[in-house]
Amino acid sequence: MDLMYPAELAINGALVGLMYALVALGIVLVFKSSGVANLAQGALAMVGGYVVWWFADALGAPLWAAIPLGIVFMFFFGRGLERLALRRMIGQPVIMVIMLTLGIEILLRGAAPALWGTEMRRLDIGIPQQPIVLGDILINRAYLVGGVVAFVLIGLALMFFNSRQGVMLRAVSDDQTASWAVGIPVERAIGVSWGLAGIAAACAGVLWGSVQGVEWTLSLLLIKALAVAILGGLDSIGGVVLAGIAVGVLENVIPGYVDPLVGGGTRDLVASTVILLTMLVRPFGLFGREDIRRV
Amino acid sequence: MFYRLAGVRHTSYAADRRLWPVPVDRAQVAALIAFALAAPLFLSPLYLGSYLLPWIVWSTAALGLNLLMGWAGQIHLGYAAVMAIGAYGTIHLMRAGLPFELAIIGGGLLSAVIGLVFGFAALRVKGLYLAISTLAMQYLVDWIVSHVQAISGGGQATLQAPAFRVLGLPVAGDVMRYYVALAVCLVVTSFLLNVGRTSFGRALAAVREKDFAAAIVGVDPFYFKLLAFWCSSFIGGIAGAVLAFCYYRAVTPEQFDLDVSIQMVAMVIVGGLGSVIGSYLGAALVLLAPIALNNLVAALAGAGLLPVSEEVLSHIPLILYGGLIVGFLLFEPLGLAKVYDNLRNYFLVWPFRHARR
Repeated sequence: MDLMYPAELAINGALVGLMYALVALGIVLVFKSSGVANLAQGALAMVGGYVVWWFADALGAPLWAAIPLGIVFMFFFGRGLERLALRRMIGQPVIMVIMLTLGIEILLRGAAPALWGTEMRRLDIGIPQQPIVLGDILINRAYLVGGVVAFVLIGLALMFFNSRQGVMLRAVSDDQTASWAVGIPVERAIGVSWGLAGIAAACAGVLWGSVQGVEWTLSLLLIKALAVAILGGLDSIGGVVLAGIAVGVLENVIPGYVDPLVGGGTRDLVASTVILLTMLVRPFGLFGREDIRRV
Repeated sequence: MFYRLAGVRHTSYAADRRLWPVPVDRAQVAALIAFALAAPLFLSPLYLGSYLLPWIVWSTAALGLNLLMGWAGQIHLGYAAVMAIGAYGTIHLMRAGLPFELAIIGGGLLSAVIGLVFGFAALRVKGLYLAISTLAMQYLVDWIVSHVQAISGGGQATLQAPAFRVLGLPVAGDVMRYYVALAVCLVVTSFLLNVGRTSFGRALAAVREKDFAAAIVGVDPFYFKLLAFWCSSFIGGIAGAVLAFCYYRAVTPEQFDLDVSIQMVAMVIVGGLGSVIGSYLGAALVLLAPIALNNLVAALAGAGLLPVSEEVLSHIPLILYGGLIVGFLLFEPLGLAKVYDNLRNYFLVWPFRHARR
C-alpha cells in the first residue's frame, strides 16, 4: 500500500488542524477564566479577517501595519463584548450565557457582511501558491505558514500564563471567589481573557482569510473549533494543540478514503462526530480537568 | 378596572386550580379562539396563507421547544433537525400508503425516538456540553438527510407533499390547511397549558431548578429529562410535518438547517422561557420583525433616503435574530411574556397603583 498518500493528507491535515486550534484557543481562554462558553468565536474570527482586510484594502494601510492594527482592534473588541454584554450576565443560569454568546455570533454573522460587503474579500499576505515538494509529498505553503504561526501563537499563550497577568488569570480560572478574596480584580481578568480571545480571533481570521478569502463562511469555523476545544478538554491550552492536530488529520484522511465510497462530503461530518464521541466517552476531553463538566 | 377581581374567590380546590381564574382572561381566550376559527371568513387569502398560517405552525414548534428549554431547563440547538425528521418521516410514511393521521403520528414518534438520542447526551452532560452536542447532532442529521438518497432524494431534491385527507375530508386550499394547522396548534397549546399542573410538569420544574436536589426528593432526573426530550421531540416532529404539509407543501433539506434551529431558539428566548403566550409572541416577533424591517428599509431605500444595497437587505434577518436574542437576554431575560405580564399587572389594579403588589 502506498504510504505517501495518507502521509500527505495527514501532514496537510495536521497543519490545518493547528489553524483550527488557533480558533479554539479563544474558546479555551474564555472558558478557563470565566467558565463561559464562547460560542461567538467563529464570528469573532470572521470579524478579525474583515477588519484586517478593511485596514489593508479599504484604508490602504500596508500589511505589516494592518495586521497589528487588526489585532489591537480585536483585543478591544473582545474586551468591549465582555464589558457590555457578558459582565451583565454574571450569576445568570448557564443556558442564558450560552444563548447570549450564540446571539452575538448570529448578530456578527449578519452585521459584518452587511457592513463590509458580502462578496468574498481577498486577503493576500504574500504566500506563494505553489506547494512545497518534499520527496513525493506536496505541502500547501499557506497551510504550512498558518500552522507554524498558529503553533507559535499557542506557545506564546502558554508562556503568557507564566507572566504576572497570566498567573492572575490562572488564579481566576481556579477559583473566582478565592481570587476575589486575595485582591485579584476578577472582572478585569475575565475582560483580559476576552481580549486575548479577540487576539486569537484576529490571527485566525487573517490566516484563514488568506487561505479561503474573507467572507461570512469564516464563522463556520466555530463547529471545528468547538470540536478541537472539546476534544482537548475545554480548559487545557496544551490540549488544544494535540486535539487540533487530531481533528485536522482525521478531517483530511477520512474523506480521502471514505469520500469515494459514499459520494463525498464526509469532511463536514468529522467535527460533529468527534464532538459526539468525546461527549460519550470522555466529556472532559483529553486533558481537561474531570470536574469541568459540572458547568 | 379591566380585570375585575371582585367575586373571584378560591373556595374549592377546583376553583383554585383553574387555568384562568379571572373572567377577563377567560373572555380573552374565548375571543382569541373565536378569532382564530373565524379568520378565514374575513382575512384575505394572502394574509391567511402567508402570515397567520406560518405564525400558528411556528408557534406550535416554539411551544415544543419551550417545553424542553423553559419547563425542563435543557438546551437544544438542533430542534430544526428534529422537525426535519418529523417532516420526512411523515412524507415517507404517507408514500408507503398510510393515511395522514397515522403518518403524522408515526413521523412524530420517529422524531421522538431520534430526539431521545439527543437526550441521551443530556444524561451525561449538561449546560454548555449539551448545547454543543445538540449542535453537533444538528450537523449530523442535516448531513444524513441531504446525503442519503432514500430520505431526501439528494441534496438539491425537493419532495412534494402528497395530497392528503383528514378524517375523510380532502385538505385542499389555504383554508383547509389553516384549520389543520390550527387544530394541531390548539391540541399542543392545551397540553402545555396543563402540563404545569400535572406531576410530570412539577417534576420537570424540579429537575430544571436543581437536578440533584430533585433526585434527593425522589424525582429521577434522568427519567424526566428523557421524557422531556421525548415529548418535546414528538411535538417538534408533528410541527415539522404540519409545516411541510400545510405551509411549504414540499420539503427540502434547507428548510430545516441550522439557521432554523437558531430561529427557534430565538423565538423561545424572545418570547419567554416557560410561557405559553410567550411562545406565540416570540414566534410572531421573530417571524414578522424581519419582514416588517425589510419592508421598511426597502421602502426607505426605494425613496432614496437610506442608501443600502440588496446584500445588506438580505442580512437584516440574521442581524435581527441576533440582536433580538442579545437584547432580550440583557434587558428582559424573561422575554415578551414578562412584558405582557407587566402590562397585565399594571391594568389589574389600574387606577389604584398603590395597591400593586
